[in-house]
Amino acid sequence: MSDLSKMKIAEARDALKAGDVTSVELTEACLAEIEAADALGAFVHKTPEIALEQAKAADARKDGGDLNGIPLGIKDLFCTKGVASQAASGILEGFKPEYESTVTTQLFNDGAVMLGKLNMDEFAMGSSNETSVYGNAVNPWKAGDAELTPGGSSGGSASAVAADLCLGATGTDTGGSIRQPAAFTGITGIKPTYGRVSRWGIVAFASSLDQAGPMTKDVRDAAIMLKAMSGHDPKDSTSADLAVPDFEAALTGDIRGKTIGIPKEYRMEGMPAEIEKLWEDGTAMLKDAGAKIVDISLPHTKYALPAYYVIAPAEASSNLARYDGVRFGHRAKLDAGDGITEMYEKTRAEGFGNEVKRRVMIGTYVLSAGFYDAYYNRARKVRALIKKDFEDVFAQGVDAILTPATPSSAFELGKKFDDPVQMYLNDVFTVTTNLAGLPGIAVPAGLDKAGLPLGLQLIGRPWEEGDLLNTAYALEQAVQFVAKPNRWW
Amino acid sequence: MSIDTDTARRVAKLARIKVEEADLPELANEFSAILGFIEQLNEVDVDGVEPMTSVTPQRLKRREDVVTDGDQPDAVLKNAPDAREGFFAVPKVVE
Repeated sequence: MSDLSKMKIAEARDALKAGDVTSVELTEACLAEIEAADALGAFVHKTPEIALEQAKAADARKDGGDLNGIPLGIKDLFCTKGVASQAASGILEGFKPEYESTVTTQLFNDGAVMLGKLNMDEFAMGSSNETSVYGNAVNPWKAGDAELTPGGSSGGSASAVAADLCLGATGTDTGGSIRQPAAFTGITGIKPTYGRVSRWGIVAFASSLDQAGPMTKDVRDAAIMLKAMSGHDPKDSTSADLAVPDFEAALTGDIRGKTIGIPKEYRMEGMPAEIEKLWEDGTAMLKDAGAKIVDISLPHTKYALPAYYVIAPAEASSNLARYDGVRFGHRAKLDAGDGITEMYEKTRAEGFGNEVKRRVMIGTYVLSAGFYDAYYNRARKVRALIKKDFEDVFAQGVDAILTPATPSSAFELGKKFDDPVQMYLNDVFTVTTNLAGLPGIAVPAGLDKAGLPLGLQLIGRPWEEGDLLNTAYALEQAVQFVAKPNRWW
Repeated sequence: MSIDTDTARRVAKLARIKVEEADLPELANEFSAILGFIEQLNEVDVDGVEPMTSVTPQRLKRREDVVTDGDQPDAVLKNAPDAREGFFAVPKVVE
């Protein structure tokens, strides 16, 4: 097998432009890797014919963008015309959209090649990729014999990028679904500011929190891919009508004079010493690079997860009402005398997995008469306070905030699956940025004792992804993370 | 707050998800655990705080009230489990 699939996007872009490699060669190398990697469960719908056709077109094209000819994986949550788009759910079995999401349209306009659709938690609800109707995605990293989770919900995207099955992948992040899997697999993932990337054509989970972003092998690639994904879209009324800067041009590595906040509330009780150390080391690196380090307080941090577990299920219960067996996907076989209500109830019971049912019902409960104020409105007030915490520290002159990305390294598949609340704690460091609408990036920062990757998170000011990516770039330069998983698949 | 099986049954009904009677007690336990976790929110002083309606201060855009897309019934019906004569078909609805 060739090493072409190991290339980074920037390298491949330059090699393609120089004529040193063709997109067909790159694409064939990735397709061969994908064929040999079924044990990872990353690609759930392979699209080799489309990929090779797009690659040929890219090779013939003279006016492509930075992603011209670059083979990517697409999370199953994105609607792709004529290609299964199931959000890893049984209820969308057989669904082939008649339209293309804005993000994939933009990627294809730039010249990108789609290798296939990537595994994920059902409707992006999960932190371990174990709620997928396709079965688990598996982390290419191992510490012993056991198979580890690649994280979730963008677990297939993380696994595919970490295992060099593709050059980059799309992810989506509602509570940490790009950043937690990126951290678990030693790759980079950024969730941009809410409104930076169009949500049109992405299967909705919690509309006020959902944002798409890239998952890549390094910060530069994230900058390149984010630029192609971003921009105003009249079809998404919450997408921001703001110019998209050249994020790659922001990567100078110079962070002298920047102020980095270290929030004391992220020092959680029971946090592993290794993660504490990683965080301290990262802080020292940014200081050495010329940043000013300040201690800050984000007093409502503790309440972010409980607020999220009201708001996200509430929005999900509303968004997922559309899966009723009428317009698309699965419809249950009905018994004689069954009416439309039985059709809804049986269809949804058969089509949704347990975690999705649980969240839809929790959402239904917190929105129901008599509980709306006590739960939903209270959570929205707490959300306002969480956002204000960030506004206050930014007003004090903080440019970015450094935190751990996850409270642990990747855990064994099956280990946390039976306790929803334990599983929810995975997102403790990431969920705050979704609630506040802020950009956040996870960067690999080291290995734990078992040899598994650990990540750090940087949180930036709204709409300043360029500055955030540059700080992440400076951290990346200092960390020099080069470890790769040993191939076992 | 502890959720009983009656509440679990009512919520399942509201959500239009069929849950077997035998599965209701476990479901009620799961709800209780999750709501117990959510209940921490009661510790927060939210007096005078407006509930967030939009995370970014931007005002939603307006557009002309005209048809911008349409006239593609075949594409709309393409994925329907049961479509007949240009319509979605559902079991008989009798009130």
